[in-house]
This record gives sequence, structure tokens and C-alpha cells, in this order.
Amino acid sequence: MHEMSLCEGILNILQKQSKIDQYSTVKTVVLEIGRLSSIEPDALRFAFSVVMKGSIAENARLNIIDIAGQAWCLHCQKQVVINQRYDGCPLCGGYPLQITEGQQMRIKELEVL
Amino acid sequence: MCGVCGCGDNQVKSYQNYSYSHFDQHKALHTHVAVLSPDMALHTHVSMLTPTRMVQIEQDILTENNHYAAKNRQFFDQQGVLALNLVSSPGSGKTTLLVETIKCLKDDVSMTVIEGDQQTDRDADRIRATGVVALQINTGKGCHLDAHRVGHAIETLPLGKHSVLFIENVGNLVCPAAFDLGEAHKVVVLSVTEGEDKPLKYPDMFYAANMMILNKIDLLPYLDFDVAQCIQYAKQVNPQIKILLLSVKNGEGMDEWLHWIKAELAQQRTR
Repeated sequence: MHEMSLCEGILNILQKQSKIDQYSTVKTVVLEIGRLSSIEPDALRFAFSVVMKGSIAENARLNIIDIAGQAWCLHCQKQVVINQRYDGCPLCGGYPLQITEGQQMRIKELEVL
Repeated sequence: MCGVCGCGDNQVKSYQNYSYSHFDQHKALHTHVAVLSPDMALHTHVSMLTPTRMVQIEQDILTENNHYAAKNRQFFDQQGVLALNLVSSPGSGKTTLLVETIKCLKDDVSMTVIEGDQQTDRDADRIRATGVVALQINTGKGCHLDAHRVGHAIETLPLGKHSVLFIENVGNLVCPAAFDLGEAHKVVVLSVTEGEDKPLKYPDMFYAANMMILNKIDLLPYLDFDVAQCIQYAKQVNPQIKILLLSVKNGEGMDEWLHWIKAELAQQRTR
């Protein structure tokens, strides 16, 4: 449900940025969403279309770039791929893992008019 | 007349010995305009053809919340205020824990409370009954507190220097995980009536928290709750998480909890 608030945050950024980069319409929003972030992409898509209605990003396409989760295994001394925060090391099955990638939720770029 | 935009038959243009009918232009979705003669550029369709451009933003979606959270944190550090953000599912016993904590600490420590709930002032009333100032924020349809709201709340609260601010978040193990309020620590409260696998089911929250309180342990004899398994799950998600076993009912673990608060407050005073 917090995806609604996150979309309001996105719209705020789009509006502020429109003054800096001088655009009146947003055609596409490109996001980088890590698999270990607290975002559910489907919920975000739904909230996005609702929140952007009547704004400079009405009908804008939402392009979500999926970023895999990565972590450092202290036992193996290796970088490993994980899908959940609670995953063990896929090589040794052990813990703890230090998450190094896949937590981001960023606006990467915009296609604007 | 063109059936698409209504312009007349005389709108037939020629460019470089090639004859375009307007219909052809529509078919071509006007992508050819860039190479047409200047008079074509005056045509009303040109506005549809303004090229889009890419703007690199590279900004965290939570930029605005994080900005307010940083301001709150700066204020807390300047004032030596220890802010603790209590998060849990509904019914874990956060308010009861707070009421008991306040009763035990109120002679030694100055405290204030922000209560977050969708509706009602009931929790704030329970805190006020202890004599401590409490501000209730009703989030309405919202599922979490955000740093902006907390920023406004602390403007109206009589936050003393070197005091403790408890922020009791909305009972929800999902949404409050993403929103930094400027607190020193998120403290997640899990009661033994909820099941030991909560850390795996809601990993974002247990990852975001620095401290987990396993509450209502006086009920353990009546339940099949596996404490060791729960601790293992929590550590699996967050190897650094501190874990405290506590019962507000019989007081077990309370001393350790109060000691932790005092130690954290002492540390905050030195910032």
C-alpha cells in the first residue's frame, strides 16, 4: 500500500525536475527497482497510473528495470546472487550475507517533451 | 478533405520530386516532417512531432522523505534527543510496553511520544494517563508515518534537551520499513502469539530494525512458539539485529530494555 506514497514521491520529483530541465510533459518514467527493495512492481504500476492522473505525467509509460539482489558471503569470500533477504549463500548455504546490491528504488531517467 | 484532421485537398506537398498526399503523411505518422520543406513545418501537426528527449535524473524515489528525515535527525542530534521508532504488526503490545517503560523511567528521563494510528486518539490517551505529553497523528488512509509529518509533530511537542522521543508507528510490518523518520533506531516488537516465522515473512522490517523485542514471553508455556528458531530467522535476515526477550506482564527483560534506552540516550547526549 505504501506504493501509493512512493508514487506521490515520484510525482513530486517529476514536478520539481520539470522546472530545472524545462519540460511540460513526461512520456516515460524509467525506474531501477531492486529485488530486495520494499517495492512490489505490480502494486507500483497500479498506483502509478492512479497518482499520475491529471498531472504532467498523465498516461506516461512506466518502465521498471529489475535489479537482481547480490550479497557478499563472509564464508566463501565471494559475491553471490540472492532473491530474498533471508536467502542463504547459494554456494555454501551459510549466513550471514552482507547485501551489496538490489535494494535500490531510483528514478533513472525520463523521456520528456 | 482529409478525414483525419479536416485539411483540404490542396494540401499536397512535393519535396525533392516526390509527391506526398496528406493521407500519406498520416500513414507515415508524420515522421517525415523533419525532412520536409519549411512551409510544411508550419502545419498544425508539427506540434505533435516535437521530439521527446531523455533526462537523466538518478534520484532515489524516497529523496523527499529522506530529506525531511535528515532534517529531523539533525534536530535530534543537536538537542541530544534519542528518537526510537517502534514498529510492529497490530496487537504486539507496543502501547502497553510504552506505558510501562514510561512509568519506570519518568523519574529519571524526560520523554514525549508520537502515536501513529489510522484513526482514534485511544493510544495517545493511554500515554497521557502516565503524565507524559503525547501527540496523536491519524494517518487516515495512510499505512505509515513519514518524516514530513513527524517533522511537523516535533515542532509542536515540548521536546526537552537530552530527552527520549518514542514514535509508535502504525501497526503494520510492511510499509513503515521503507520510511526513515530520522530516528536513531527502529525497534521492531514481535509478540510470541504471532508465530516465529514473522522475520522471514516480513524481512524488510526486520532488516531495517536495529533491535527486536520478543514480547509477551510470559505466554510461552501456553504456545508452541519456538524462540530459538525465531531468533535464528531474525539473524538470518539481519545478522546485526539485537534481540531482547521481554514480558511487560511479569517484568521479565524490562531491566535490560530500560538499561538499553539509558545507554543509547547517554550516547546521544555526546553527539
